[in-house]
Order: sequence, then C-alpha cells, then structure tokens
Amino acid sequence: MTNDSKYPHDFVAPHLHNIPRSGIRDFFEIVSTRKDVISLGIGEPDFITPWHIRESSIYALNRGATSYTANLGLLELRKAISDYVQRRFDVNYDPASEIMITVGVSEALDLAIRALISPGDEVLYHEPCYVSYAPVIAFAHGKPVAVETKAEDDFRLSIDALEAKVTPRTRVLMLNFPTNPTGAVLTQQDVEDIAAFAVRHNLVVITDEIYSELTYEAKRVSIAAVPGMRERTIFLNGFSKAWAMTGFRIGFSCAPPALTEAMMKLHQYTMLCAPILAQKAALEALVNGDDAVTHMRNTYRQRRNLMVKGLQMAGLQCHLPQGAFYAFPYVGHLGLSSHDFAMRFLEEQNVACVPGSAFGACGEGFIRCAYATSTEHIEIAMARLQTFTTSL
Amino acid sequence: MNELLQLLRSNGRETMENLSAMLGQPVEEIQAQIKTWEKEGVIRGYQAVINEEATEADYVRAAIEVRITPERGDGYDRIALRIGRFPEVESVFLMSGGYDLLVFVKGDNLRTVASFVNQRLATIEGVLSTATHFTLKTYKDQGVLMQEESHDERLQVSP
Repeated sequence: MTNDSKYPHDFVAPHLHNIPRSGIRDFFEIVSTRKDVISLGIGEPDFITPWHIRESSIYALNRGATSYTANLGLLELRKAISDYVQRRFDVNYDPASEIMITVGVSEALDLAIRALISPGDEVLYHEPCYVSYAPVIAFAHGKPVAVETKAEDDFRLSIDALEAKVTPRTRVLMLNFPTNPTGAVLTQQDVEDIAAFAVRHNLVVITDEIYSELTYEAKRVSIAAVPGMRERTIFLNGFSKAWAMTGFRIGFSCAPPALTEAMMKLHQYTMLCAPILAQKAALEALVNGDDAVTHMRNTYRQRRNLMVKGLQMAGLQCHLPQGAFYAFPYVGHLGLSSHDFAMRFLEEQNVACVPGSAFGACGEGFIRCAYATSTEHIEIAMARLQTFTTSL
Repeated sequence: MNELLQLLRSNGRETMENLSAMLGQPVEEIQAQIKTWEKEGVIRGYQAVINEEATEADYVRAAIEVRITPERGDGYDRIALRIGRFPEVESVFLMSGGYDLLVFVKGDNLRTVASFVNQRLATIEGVLSTATHFTLKTYKDQGVLMQEESHDERLQVSP
C-alpha cells in the first residue's frame, strides 16, 4: 500500500490520529490567555525543591558530573532506592538487577507497557485517572480498557468492576493509588482482593505509586507487598511529587530481573540513562530528605482540610481525599457539565480548576481542585466558589 | 513541635476559622489552647517580619560578643537579663566557645550603638570584654528570606 498524499497530516501514523488531544491542554490554552488567575489546576507541588537537594545537584555539576551513567542508573542511587522501598513498602529489590532509574514515572510507565504487551492485548486501568494511561497503551498498539471507580466507593477499585471488564486478552492491570485526580487510596483488604484477581487471571500489575508518600490518615499499602505479587508486579515511583522535584524528571521502577531486563532494552536504546544531575539530586533526596517530605505532607494535609471545608461551604459534596493533593468534588447537581462549570467558574470568578471529564468519561460531573497552592489562594478560591455556586 | 504552634509560627495572623479547618479541631478548642499558651508564656508575642532595608528608616545593627564573669548562684543569668532589659537589645544568647553572650543591638546610627556599648554594656559589673561587629545587610531573618526565591513558574494548568 502506498501513500500518495502530500498533506503532512497524512504522514502521521494512523494509530496516533485516534488519540484525542488532552482535555487539559485545551483548557490550559484558555487559562493562559487570562491574567491573575487563581489556579487550582496545577498538578505539581508549589514548593520549590528543598535547598539541600538543589545544592547537591549544583555540587555535582561543579565537580564535573556531566557524563552518562549506567543504563540502569547510578548504583549508589539504586542501593538507596532498594533501602527506601524496603523501609517504606516492605518489599526487597536487588539494586543490581531489579531497579532502574527512569526519566520520571512517565517514562517508566511507557517502558513497562511496551515491555509487556503485544498489539491487540488489553490493559485494564481505572478511571478517572491520570491523562497519559490510555494513550500510552494505545501507542504500544494495545487496547486500553477503562474500569470505572465511583464516588460512593471513595473511588476505590472494586473487584466486580474488574471482573466485568477482564477478557482472555487482558495482560496487564494498571493501578495508581493514591490517585490523580481523585485522591483515592486502597485498603489492605482492597490490595489483597485485587492481588487475588490478578493471580486468577494471570495478569501483570503495573502500580504507579508516585503519590504514596503523600498519604494522610490512611495506612499506606502497596500491592507489591502482598505475598505472591512481587513476581508479577512492576512497582513505579519517583521524586516529582513528595520531594517537589517535577522539573528534575526522575523516577524509578522495581521489578523482577526478567521484566527489568526487558524494560532496560527499551530504555537503553531510547533514553540511554536518566540525567546524572537529577540522579545525584535524587540520591540526596533519599538520604537526607525525610524531614522535608514530612513538612510538605503535613502542609498538604492542612490545606486539604481547608479546601474540603471550603467545598462543603460552597455546597459541594466531596469525599475526603486520603492521598495526593487533589480534591474531586461533585458539581453535576448544578445543571452544568464539568467542562461548562470549569469554563464559567474561570470566566466569572477567574479561578481555574480542571473538568473531571479530562480524566475519563466517568469523571464527568466532577472537577479537580489541586491544593498544592498557598492557603491564601485556597481561601480566596473557595470564597469565590461559594459566590459562584450561589449564583447558579 | 505542636502542629498548631508550627502554623502560628509560620503565620501568626492565620484566622481561627482557617486554623480550625486545617487541623480539624473546633474553633473554641483552638482559641482555648492559644489562650493557655499566652497565659503560660509559651507564646510571648506576635510580630510582623519586616524587611527593614525596604523601609525608609535608617538603623544600625550590631552583634556583640560579650565575655562576663559568672556569679555564684546565678551563673550567667542575672547579667544576661540585665543586658536584655535594655530596649536597644534585640536578642541575647548564651553561647558555647570563646565568649559567653551574643547580644544583638539595634540603634538609629553608629554613634548610638557605640555609645550603648561604651556607656551601658561595657560598664556593667561583671562584663570583662566586648567585641562589636556591625551587620551590613540582612539576607534572612527569623526564618524568612528577605527576597523572593523565584516567582511561580509552573504552568497554570497541568495534569
């Protein structure tokens, strides 16, 4: 088959045409035309990376750390990650063969999917969810299969919903708890049930736990720690959220040697290695960063409380998010779609939030409000929200 | 440190309603706790953190190393408090090392600070010596940087 077209559009691979632009990007373009917006739409910490971490990266640069590293990443960092994962999640990974440093969890997620699926394989993921999951699966010619989570379950993942969507072609289950955008977390019982489901259907689990350090009252649990799961789990984590290091672009994956080796092949021929300065900074974050993380976690929890109270005062229902830094209140009863609500709230009150529909069809009726912003901004935004909802 | 104290320390003007919401405690409880601390002297005051270099006012600040003779019964305390009572004195610390007290003094100009050291401080019985260092610029005070680190460069909406 030949392509005789001269239009650039037709040169693009067909499977990319089917992937819609991110709803967030559209919204961003509208917001960026406005002045003095109070934004609750930002999915990253408002803290600057703690100084001791920045300083260690500067020190490394001064000392001439400008080379490639091993494909898997600096061994010293992998050892520190191994200690950290053991200490925080009670799972043991070998730094030599089971841990790889990646350019953020985003890269690790892409590697994991490409390492696991063949064209046409199905991947289960829960919605509402981070915007990249379905596209990353589609890039690998897989079939993304959304599993709905519901407000009445505090957006936890139910086995019934999973069973309804699993087929003989399902290869992978993707998890992200605490969840962006809902702030949902799983209980120990949940992860055990989901683990049993994965074993029953012989699935590999990719668990993106980027927000796990930002878990509040709830007990932090990981499916990787459930007996029997280590062998079929790819555990992903990174430094962007808890250590406020988004711009460093640094994450990691932990998985059995065969899976790590497969991901490494992709990583070595596409990325080669994560930037050395970011790796040096990540090492400092793990070795000396606990106090900074505790301080930021406490601050987010206080802001969450402030925001949830503000949402309630504005007459919106919102489950108490137990992790991440997002509240996900329901606005569907006000007679506007998520998108229209967010648009009018922006136009009339100059406050930006993200329509829930950007995170999957079942996010319709909700908006995402990030509390990774100052208490002053939260206060003003919530007062304006009250004015806005009263006017509807 | 107690979470409420930490919040007050970072913003002494936080409203009772916000403190109550952030900590998930009733307003009355927060008020009562603050009252107790004020009464017990745990909280000793509320002040604005001012970047004085951005104001019109002229002033001079000095850090003075003071060596003193400790007294039987009182150690360093009596003399330290005697120094601390002068309104010119901003803070007094008992130090380990080569001198005993580190005293921060603020005055309108060099002469007033010099005269304070000469006339008042050095003449106190028990003060053996003073070494005065004038400050040239304030970069950080009471945990607050005197210039913004950077403005918020985050995208206004991101996933």
